[in-house]
Amino acid sequence: MSFTSASFLLFAVLTLLLYYTLPKRWQWILLLGASYVFYFFAGAEYLLFILFTTAVTYLCGALLQKRADAEDAFVEENRETLSKAERKEFRAAEKKKRFRLLVAGLLLGFGVLAVVKYTSFVLSGVSSIGQAFGAAPLRIPTLLLPLGISFYTFQSMGYLIDVYRKTARAEKNPLRLALFVSYFPQLIQGPISRFGDLAPQLFSEHRFDGFRFRSGLGSVAWGYFKKLVVADTAMIAVKALVENKDGGFTGIYVFLLILLYSAQIYGDFTGGIDITIGLSEMLGIRLAENFDRPFSSRSTKEYWRRWHITMGTWFTDYVFYPLSVTRSMQRFSKWSREKLGTAVGKRLPVYFATVATWFLTGLWHGAGWNFIVWGLLNCLVILVSQELQPLYDRFNHRFPRLTASRAWGAWQALRTFLLMGLIRSLDCYRNVPTTFRMWWSMLTDWNVGELFCGGLTSFGLALSDWCVLLCGILLLALASHLGKKRPVREWLAERPILLCAALCLLAVVILLFGAYGIGYDASQFIYNQF
Amino acid sequence: MKKKILCCAALLLATVLLLGFLQLLLMPKYMADKQEGALIGEYYRETTAHDVLFVGDCEVYECFTPPTLWEEYGVTSYIRGSAQQLPWQSYHLLEEMLKRETPKAVVFNVYALKYGTPQNEAYNRMTLDGMRMSREKLSAIRASMTEGESLLSYLLPLLRFHSRWDELSAEDWQYLLHRDTVSHNGYLMQTGILPKTSDREGVPLADYTLPATAMFYLEQMRLLCEENGVALILIKAPTNNWRYYWYDEWDAQIADYADGHGLSYYNFIGLDGEIGLDWSTDTYDGGAHLNVYGAEKLTSYFGEILCRELGLAGHRDDAEISAVWAEKLDAYKQEKEKGNTP
Repeated sequence: MSFTSASFLLFAVLTLLLYYTLPKRWQWILLLGASYVFYFFAGAEYLLFILFTTAVTYLCGALLQKRADAEDAFVEENRETLSKAERKEFRAAEKKKRFRLLVAGLLLGFGVLAVVKYTSFVLSGVSSIGQAFGAAPLRIPTLLLPLGISFYTFQSMGYLIDVYRKTARAEKNPLRLALFVSYFPQLIQGPISRFGDLAPQLFSEHRFDGFRFRSGLGSVAWGYFKKLVVADTAMIAVKALVENKDGGFTGIYVFLLILLYSAQIYGDFTGGIDITIGLSEMLGIRLAENFDRPFSSRSTKEYWRRWHITMGTWFTDYVFYPLSVTRSMQRFSKWSREKLGTAVGKRLPVYFATVATWFLTGLWHGAGWNFIVWGLLNCLVILVSQELQPLYDRFNHRFPRLTASRAWGAWQALRTFLLMGLIRSLDCYRNVPTTFRMWWSMLTDWNVGELFCGGLTSFGLALSDWCVLLCGILLLALASHLGKKRPVREWLAERPILLCAALCLLAVVILLFGAYGIGYDASQFIYNQF
Repeated sequence: MKKKILCCAALLLATVLLLGFLQLLLMPKYMADKQEGALIGEYYRETTAHDVLFVGDCEVYECFTPPTLWEEYGVTSYIRGSAQQLPWQSYHLLEEMLKRETPKAVVFNVYALKYGTPQNEAYNRMTLDGMRMSREKLSAIRASMTEGESLLSYLLPLLRFHSRWDELSAEDWQYLLHRDTVSHNGYLMQTGILPKTSDREGVPLADYTLPATAMFYLEQMRLLCEENGVALILIKAPTNNWRYYWYDEWDAQIADYADGHGLSYYNFIGLDGEIGLDWSTDTYDGGAHLNVYGAEKLTSYFGEILCRELGLAGHRDDAEISAVWAEKLDAYKQEKEKGNTP
């Protein structure tokens, strides 16, 4: 049941109706039922996977909590008899035991993800190596990849880590935990919520709030506009440019692909998140924002603070920081300072943790070298920028008026946008060598003129489609600009007539100009695959 | 508050009206081009009942001319056929027609029985969009949808044709609220001549069994006719083109079915001499379909069979019917005289 299907709309309307008509204490039960119905329609066979992850998360969480409670109770009971050092020692021993439990939970949780998502990738790698040494190729099995498994696994494992760290208490009711794992609006493409933020909202009673409902409705409609009008129109061209049937889409077409894919993924992902956040808002649940005008970022670092925020913070909190403070990393830090000097020695462990984090981020996005190289390239840009920071600072100091100007800001945003777009195009092409070849062709194939001799309409977009796409992108940019301080939907929600007019207009625009139905490939949201 | 609610209601109403208007505007009109798409809807304009109803694919709406049947035998008839009309579509159209009238006979052209699965979205549209909303239409849609089609897009055709906004022509505005009649009681006239040039035969098939689904709908048609006391006559229109080949093996299965159920089955292939067909002048597309000259000969030939088998006396004595048909005949002759060869 895709967000863009009529059956989903009907499902959402029915859920909302029941949500506000049933007794409030049943609201969370309804959401749980709706979430499982939603997931059942995505594929009944996927249910086994989510049930397994939920069971593992629940049991590990409960055991972790039990141990933590017992530890606290013991320390409390023996506060007077135990010295501070003894208490510390006891806690450290207990932490070790809890850590083992956590690792078991993480292995089971991530293990499922690893098996279904990465088996084929690993086996094909092994097979290639084997073939190089004359072995017969391995038979690569095609495994079922349950919808949204990366998202709900990360959310569940984040919960386990939080329970281990004692920043969250384990949920006693397995059904409530099941709802946290499977909450349907965010199940398939996030945002990746934290238990402490989401759970209290899921389980509390919600009265109908007209303002929030209207605001959510606006967000949902805007999400559909982004997805159906902008993303799916751009997708037509992206698909044709990537397939590159006649082998002619090199040079300037690669540059166009970078621009078009940026529009597609922005419309697709932020559109999906808008629908998710909007629908949750209509249910009285506020989810974390996942985007903050990412294309206005002036640096890669800033971009990653604004794009897919919940994934970024997840990796920072649960991978980067823990990795940075591991005992082996501290030993490595000490060693590198001694051997390589303070300046390098201070940086190396951080860089190592950064590389590891970005490697895993790439791997999370997909089982393929494209994604790994994508992650590492992002890492490289961030690290190089960091190294060049003193140079930037000197430049800023020397040309303060220039660097403070709007034009300079625009240039920085454009530079970041293009750089990120270039790296992002690794998602598109078949493999890494093809991508590099295509990048290289931008420097070698000077075919700009072709665009004005029918080239612009040679990859699936007619002039009318270009007009729709460009108007859509302009509208997105305008809304992004207007929503700098406060989301436009909230401003509109305070003005019901204007909101109603905007919704009516959006409905007409989406129905008329959306790229849906026969003649257009029915497209899933890109991030559903992750 | 009341004012706000009223304003919002007015906005919603205006949006619904606008979408309704857009739907009317964007739906293909099938007036100048692909006129086959207009055939199914024209049936609802009929004011008098018919003695004979023809159902089937292009072979019925190109090979039989109701005005000739009237002119020569005084028999009233209507052709409910469209391009690649599938057996289940014919069945549901027949269901719909038999609710409105009870003819003496239903003539079904068997060529489409070779199809056992939904085929082509464009042809589905031409048949199904012309039907008025009814239980039969919904059943026909469900039976006909190809992969990627949705019931909703048939209920709200704007969802299907929304992308036509950039190809709107004067025709779309001209026929926003009305349509011209393009057929003569379902007959789509072709006056051009393109002689048959090839003697090539159909390519051999791996399996000649007619699909079970198609035969199921044939049986449903037979039962429906039986229930309504209407004679079902099976026919195979004459064709002389390898692309639209009618295999002997298929023919044998239909003949067996007809024998087994006491139905009449007429295969006109190979009866050129008796009918008087000349494939150098009586076809407009190289032998796939008849042109108006061939269709008149076939209708004349088949009309005699119909009258004999069904004992049809004709309605020439009925002034009201005669007046209606005189007008139809006049329009038919005018178009024939004018010719519609591009």
